[in-house]
Amino acid sequence: MTAPCAPRSGEGQLAEFGAYLSAIASLVRKDLAVEWRSRQLLASMLVFALLMILIFNFALELDARARAEVSSGVLWATFAFAGTLGLNRSMSIEKDGGALDGLLLAPFDRSAIYFGKTLANMLFVLVVALATLPVYGVLYNIDLWHGGLLLVIVLGAWGYSAVGTLLAAMAMQARSRDLLLPVLLFPLLLPVLVAAVRASSFFLQGLEMEYIWPSLNLLIAYAVIMPALGFMFFDFIVED
Amino acid sequence: MIKAAKVGKRFGERIVLQVIDLQVKRGELVALLGPNGAGKSTLLRVLASLARPSAGEIQVAGYNLLGQVAAARAAIGYLGHQPILYGDLSAEQNLWFYARIYRIPRPGARIRELLSTFDLELRRREPVRTFSRGMQQRLSLARALLHRPKALLLDEPHSGLDREAVAVLDDLLKKQTRKGTAILLATHDLARAQRLAHRVEVLADGRLVASFNRRQLASRQFAATYDRALRAAQRGGSVG
Amino acid sequence: MPDQVVQKKPRLLGALDFASLVLMLAATLMVFFYAPREREMGEVQRIFYFHVATGWVGMAAFIGAAVAGIIYLVRPHKKWDVFSVAAVEIGLVYSFVNIVTGSIWAYPTWNTWWTWDPRLVTATVMVLTFLAYLLLRQSIEDPERRARFGAIYAILGSLTVPLTYMSIRIWRTIHPVVIGSGDPGAQGTFAFTQPMVYTLLVSLLAFTVLGITLLWHRVRLGWLADRVEQLRLKAMGL
Repeated sequence: MTAPCAPRSGEGQLAEFGAYLSAIASLVRKDLAVEWRSRQLLASMLVFALLMILIFNFALELDARARAEVSSGVLWATFAFAGTLGLNRSMSIEKDGGALDGLLLAPFDRSAIYFGKTLANMLFVLVVALATLPVYGVLYNIDLWHGGLLLVIVLGAWGYSAVGTLLAAMAMQARSRDLLLPVLLFPLLLPVLVAAVRASSFFLQGLEMEYIWPSLNLLIAYAVIMPALGFMFFDFIVED
Repeated sequence: MIKAAKVGKRFGERIVLQVIDLQVKRGELVALLGPNGAGKSTLLRVLASLARPSAGEIQVAGYNLLGQVAAARAAIGYLGHQPILYGDLSAEQNLWFYARIYRIPRPGARIRELLSTFDLELRRREPVRTFSRGMQQRLSLARALLHRPKALLLDEPHSGLDREAVAVLDDLLKKQTRKGTAILLATHDLARAQRLAHRVEVLADGRLVASFNRRQLASRQFAATYDRALRAAQRGGSVG
Repeated sequence: MPDQVVQKKPRLLGALDFASLVLMLAATLMVFFYAPREREMGEVQRIFYFHVATGWVGMAAFIGAAVAGIIYLVRPHKKWDVFSVAAVEIGLVYSFVNIVTGSIWAYPTWNTWWTWDPRLVTATVMVLTFLAYLLLRQSIEDPERRARFGAIYAILGSLTVPLTYMSIRIWRTIHPVVIGSGDPGAQGTFAFTQPMVYTLLVSLLAFTVLGITLLWHRVRLGWLADRVEQLRLKAMGL
């Protein structure tokens, strides 16, 4: 078996990086496999999302015009809450059976665990988003299929997962972890939520890009800063 | 192969391990004996790099845990109290996952070999959460051995195993030592230690208080000697 | 060091106590008697001096907590953690006063207790974030882990607050239709005369000194609490 300590040559470093990416891929694959076998998570996230849309409908009592204006807000609030289900579950599968130890024992940098989990969580949020959009569009007769909107959703989901995974790792080790995660998460999510709702709404209204760029830039900044922080801090959170 | 020098571990103000000087050479099987709460599990976790030592240096397979930890981890096989498995995945899927992250060559053959050794072939496609405790333990052992580690750190590996499985495990341990693997095995079963170990180290209250070689282990008076050593240690001394 | 802190109050702290009292008195007097009555807003404008002072000191406290968090992660010594949590608590009190005084000013000026003005919302988010910080700490039993997680969350929190401000600014500036009564950007400004400047500076000084004094007291309390926790853990036989 080749030693993971590659020589500090360019080739060696490339190989090391390749191994790192491959580790992340294996981790994502594992999370997807677990979900495929248990099918617990996606179903609950979807049902939760649809319920939220229903509740919003009755809570807000919107006419057709008002609905068009608030669709983005309703959608993002839904994703934000449904996402916490994913975050909680994603961490709890590592806690059951002590599987996290297995990841910590592995011969790759621990940040791979962080990125693997973040990617997997992002994929789950995206699945929920992509399933929710058509339903919402049908229920409210709004055309939601828009390239810009999908871009915002991808960026938003990535930023969301980057912070969420980090905080879920923290909450997992605390008492009352399911209650704690939303409390920790939502204050830190506001930049994403506000920017995402703004950008989504403008895309749906068909405004020019010059109006949308500020929000988009903020989303991109968040999507770069938060994973960087996660990369730095994840080891501190999981070490014993 | 496993070298611990002046290792200490504290959790906050609580001191769990003190001044641990321990070596396990190639092909040696050292049993770690001691009463409950002595710190055996913690010591194994620290040596496996799952917990960071508060003091001291640890080397496994020539790699320092501080600085070359990824290389060291590739050479470490660990078995703890928890199975370190994903309950929703099948036995096969679990092993495939670990095979991928340890990047072992020809994983398919290796997995088949281990499933066969541990008599798990019949149920290899079933989710691990349906396994009995003994079966999970066997699968966990397979996981620990998957990447042909040079150092094995096993925390009560026989627990939950029936007579047949114990025989298989003992046989396997002997084979491993002949191949040159260094094994540190924590147990509270004296008879087992006598049967399997080349050497016994006794841990009490976080300190190594006694050491027994093969000759002493073979003696019929060993149990009495061991008790005396423990009592002496409680009174605050060390017996060699 | 812990033992020293647990013992008698240091002389410097006693001096600070006195200085805080004097400065706060001076500031209050200046605010009510020296500063001129603002033409448009009237007496209520005087709250501005308290509002701004508590705002800046509160934010400084949170930044201090985050910096102490960074130091703790690099060099884990309990004193940085004790400082962090004390700074957060002081920051929360000051920020809360900041929001409330802002609200008191808002009512007669804009005819509403609350607007979705970027700074107001951001201030509230800041308070919520650091309340979450305290809740996080409360849920973790291991002192070292508590300190580590607290440090990380304080750093994360301090970084997202400015991002939140930016996101809400974007929200406000692009969308000209304001949901609410009156656009706060337009009103609320006033001519800033010399006596006002002096009053503000004194006010700022007073609240800063008061803040440092309270922080020091809180840090001492933190060491005491730490001592108690150690004894408790020992008594539990751990």
